[in-house]
Amino acid sequence: MAGITVREALRDAMAEEMRRDGDVLLIGEEVAQYQGAYKVSQGLLDEFGEWRVIDTPITEHGFAGLSIGLAMAGLKPITEFMTFNFAMQAIDQIVNSAGKTLYMSGGKVRCPIVFRGPNGAAARVAAQHSQDYASWYGHVPGLKVIAPFSAEDAKGLLKAAIRDPNPVIFLENEILYGQTFDLPDDDDLVLPIGKAKIEREGRDVTIVAYSIMVAKALQAAETLADEGIDAEVVNLRTIRPMDTATVIESLGRTGRLVCVEEGWAFSGIGAELAAVAMEEGFDLLDAPVRRVTAVDAPLPYAANLEDAALPRAERIAAAARDVCYVKT
Amino acid sequence: MARTAAKTKAPRKAAERGENDAPPVADDLLLDFYGGMLLVRRFEEKVGQMYGMGLIGGFCHLYIGQEAVVVGMEAAIGPDDAVIASYRCHGHALVRGVEPKAVMAELTGRADGVSKGKGGSMHIFDPERGFYGGHGIVGAQVPLGAGIAFAQKYRKENNITLTFFGEGAANQGQVYETFNMASLWKLPVVFVVENNRYAMGTAVARAKAGTELCHRGEAFGIPGVRVDGMDVEKVYAATLEAAAHARSGEGPILVEMQTYRYRGHSMSDPAKYRTRDEVQKIRTERDPIDHLRETIARRGAADDDRLRQIDRDVKSRVAEAAEFAQISPEPDLSELLTDITVETAA
Repeated sequence: MAGITVREALRDAMAEEMRRDGDVLLIGEEVAQYQGAYKVSQGLLDEFGEWRVIDTPITEHGFAGLSIGLAMAGLKPITEFMTFNFAMQAIDQIVNSAGKTLYMSGGKVRCPIVFRGPNGAAARVAAQHSQDYASWYGHVPGLKVIAPFSAEDAKGLLKAAIRDPNPVIFLENEILYGQTFDLPDDDDLVLPIGKAKIEREGRDVTIVAYSIMVAKALQAAETLADEGIDAEVVNLRTIRPMDTATVIESLGRTGRLVCVEEGWAFSGIGAELAAVAMEEGFDLLDAPVRRVTAVDAPLPYAANLEDAALPRAERIAAAARDVCYVKT
Repeated sequence: MARTAAKTKAPRKAAERGENDAPPVADDLLLDFYGGMLLVRRFEEKVGQMYGMGLIGGFCHLYIGQEAVVVGMEAAIGPDDAVIASYRCHGHALVRGVEPKAVMAELTGRADGVSKGKGGSMHIFDPERGFYGGHGIVGAQVPLGAGIAFAQKYRKENNITLTFFGEGAANQGQVYETFNMASLWKLPVVFVVENNRYAMGTAVARAKAGTELCHRGEAFGIPGVRVDGMDVEKVYAATLEAAAHARSGEGPILVEMQTYRYRGHSMSDPAKYRTRDEVQKIRTERDPIDHLRETIARRGAADDDRLRQIDRDVKSRVAEAAEFAQISPEPDLSELLTDITVETAA
């Protein structure tokens, strides 16, 4: 075991896969000479050269489409968006070209590509730079969507995403980049796409979260433990295909479900989980499902407003108390 | 052939040569052109009929009038080169060698369709023949084509990609984003703007500040060529040069094919934005197949019997395709949920 940041884990995953397979290449804004806008691709240009680590102009729609063409021709591009906020310029290509061509071609044209970059709110960057796209991409059949939390998730799932023959949306988080986690010394850590991880076992309530919200959920679980509420924390890891079996199994143990996401509630991941709990676990529920989400507003800049807008550990703990019918 | 600010050497000859000096092609090739253009024409006419009979549904964009473009271009490239097109793609698929039966069965939405009946008219694909679709969003195939060309260069193949789009797509931002990258990285791509004069119902001059589409790559250092797309020999000659340019490593080239579509934008378009006289005049005076037939006769490349034989062969291939497309079964309902993602072992 060694301590490693999420940033380094992502870099190692890409470097290992690029060593393993000459068809893998990295393309995006500032990925080469600048070493990544968030320094995720540090050292890759030196090792792999300018034909495998490619700086693009600021042209998201264009380079997303060009990357998809690379994949259709059989290469395995990793396409970095400086943040997923900018990928909205390219969302037609991601959904219509990457997500649907296999189906429209009757299975003839594959698109093995990873779109990766930071997703969700960073810190004080205001509404246009602070959006969680998990439910946007999770909506689309033909795409796989991953949202890692720890360094282990980042490395093991990015390697799996690069090897996957399908288009994969890989939603990172800027605040997590610098955080250090223990990681087993394993050059070939590949985690299964579509499997959630139980980060903390508990009997009383299931809290499902992904990405940085897993940290908030774990924090809430500590608070709840002090109060005698034993929370189980499920890290979804993959948004699509969603590991509903693990969620329902956990619900079977606890009878109560709280869903946490950084995105808005409307048609969000929590809404999906609540529907799954109703459809597949109605008899297991001892209380209505609760969602903890961003408030229904663009994300504000002011520190106090931003803090109030995003899910905090206290709000998660309060929701857990509610579904356990504990009054404070 | 008019040429614009070409910084490169190879294509300059064309500018010096002038409009009508394309060297005559061999008789056999003329007959290949004739067979190819007639196949596309008769196929599309049959599609129109079958659409009218309710055998084909949805959006369906016919290529009638533009046949010289794909036939002449295909003859000037190799089978290992790649082609990508918009939704008006039946002709592009046929000239790549996709079986008319498989294309027609796709249009009728049947199991033997080239995309198993799951794509339809706008989504014909056959990557084994280097045909990458068949794309329904105007302009979206342009960056895809540059990506395919990038892969060709990455693999050090000596192949190129013909990336077709209509003059309507020539107003889309992603086309220019692609021009920039393709020129920056000297990708082996020939951009082909098929200017059929109407973007759906909008005439070129109503939607374009600057109607000289062949100049639209200039700011990116991409040389442009304007070609009479109703004359298959000129298309062929221009494509030989454009392909040589793209293959030389000097980067992309833009070819504007000036052409005309006889039918509406799609089957549901009565085309009231132009006069019947305008269409009739072009059909009478500029039809690419009539023009080729005259050339063949003038040069004595083939006698009438030979041409009639080609006509009969094409008609029977199209009739066979139409019949096949009606007998082929509808896709099994299980196909609804296949090909969404590639299954993985894990």
